[in-house]
Amino acid sequence: MSVTTNAAIATAPSDRAGRRRWRLRVPPWQYFVMPLLALGIWELAVDRGLLDAGLIPAPHTVVKTWYAWIFGGGAAGASLYDGTWWTNVVASLQRVLLGFAIAAVSGTVMGLLIGWFRLPRLLFQPLIDVLRPIPVTAWVPFAVVLFGISGASSVMLIALGAFFPICLNAAAGAQGTPTILVQAARMLGTSPSNVVRRVVLPSTVPALVTGLRVGLALAWVLVIVSEMVAVKSGLGFSLWQAYYFTRPDIIVAAMFSVGLLGYVSDQILVRASNRLVKWTPDVR
Amino acid sequence: MSGSASSTQTIGAGLEPGTGMISCRGVGMRFPAPHGRGEFVALDGVELEIGRDEFITLLGPSGCGKSTLLSLIAGFQQPTTGTVAVDGAAVEGPSPEKGVVFQEYALFPWLRVDGNVRYGLRERGVPKGEQDRIVAEMLELTGLSHVVDHYPAQLSGGLKQRVALARALANDPKILLLDEPFGALDEQRRILLQDELLRIWQQTKKTAVFVTHSIEEAIVLGDRIVVMQTDPGGIREVIPVELPRPRDRASDEFNAMRRRVREVLF
Repeated sequence: MSVTTNAAIATAPSDRAGRRRWRLRVPPWQYFVMPLLALGIWELAVDRGLLDAGLIPAPHTVVKTWYAWIFGGGAAGASLYDGTWWTNVVASLQRVLLGFAIAAVSGTVMGLLIGWFRLPRLLFQPLIDVLRPIPVTAWVPFAVVLFGISGASSVMLIALGAFFPICLNAAAGAQGTPTILVQAARMLGTSPSNVVRRVVLPSTVPALVTGLRVGLALAWVLVIVSEMVAVKSGLGFSLWQAYYFTRPDIIVAAMFSVGLLGYVSDQILVRASNRLVKWTPDVR
Repeated sequence: MSGSASSTQTIGAGLEPGTGMISCRGVGMRFPAPHGRGEFVALDGVELEIGRDEFITLLGPSGCGKSTLLSLIAGFQQPTTGTVAVDGAAVEGPSPEKGVVFQEYALFPWLRVDGNVRYGLRERGVPKGEQDRIVAEMLELTGLSHVVDHYPAQLSGGLKQRVALARALANDPKILLLDEPFGALDEQRRILLQDELLRIWQQTKKTAVFVTHSIEEAIVLGDRIVVMQTDPGGIREVIPVELPRPRDRASDEFNAMRRRVREVLF
């Protein structure tokens, strides 16, 4: 795990030759105890009538529904949901990726600017301080006015919401750049205009990764909220529609779908960024 | 014999004002006092001429302005009065010809040992093949060849300081400025690195300014010891060290020198 600074040669970087970053690690069995227990209790509670199956479906019902939703062809319960899962996932995923990409680029650039340079900080910090405390969901009416009932509203809300954590973390990281590293770079021949690229940016990366993770999680929250209100497609829309059609099984399947997508996307982000931050002692 | 009066053998000792490779004339540095009014005088009226290829040690207690003086020569700060000049030209900022080794190492943590040593060469646009050659040479010189692939966080203090030294030397600076580089190391590593630094200095022939608060370190390394004082920070006396190298830390002459420096210091 973490490397003691005094163990000089003891910890050879073994990952150099064997690239095993994407290897799937199976956790020990204890890891699965509580989730399986919870599922068992849930199933039993519905089976014994402690929970109304019409309101809260049993796990096996959810699995069946989910399967039909994904692959279609549930001959018995052929419904308007059959086989539509992919379309909805792709719709939501696109919005998340686009909104997040916009936030990642603009947030990083703005964060570095206000974190490192005095004038941009003086100019933009007040703007951010005023806008940040406004919950992004409060922007929904404006998003609809500007973009109508469409995916663009969703993208706008995601980009806006994810911007702040990314920008603020990048700014904090840039501001925390050790002066002595800047001096070292200048002494070694780095021109003043190259200091941001050579020193500030790399030393901001760990904070930036934190910001990106928070931003991505928020993007999934916002895609669901915005699709419930302002878009007629995607997982959020399915979820809300299922509420009107009294399909709690779809609601639960949609909930777990979002959770799964959020988890997988976060893992991809973490593993991709591990390459960039493996120099920090606490990552290795 | 030790501590004899001013000598002409010692390089730089008899230099006229303004004729040294590094020339400090009337150098003063004042900061606004941290709390309340008034100002803090870190350095006052420093006159110092340092000759080419000379090894100077700046010795003194904390707060005597020795690190400030080094930082002024490096160009990280500008003096509030007087001038610091290198080869006759006023120092306007840091540059690759003035290599600095910091007490805190100041290695780029995101670059491996190899990348840190290569950094300056890349910044100055040295051709790739030439970079490889110099990096290999520096790693060899500082005994780092076995840790090229390590990140700084994986290295001990002694190894980190070797990397910092190799990184500064890779640019082949005319001047090497060292700010208490071995201050955080244990006695054993310290002695080892002092000997190594001397070997490298003799091999590469550079002007060196070395800040320390250790009397022994100042004597072992320096051609001349600049003894500094506090309040206001400045130079108390410049003592030439006329012991032949390598210097025996336990010899009578060395101990006599130790006594002499101690007298000046206290």
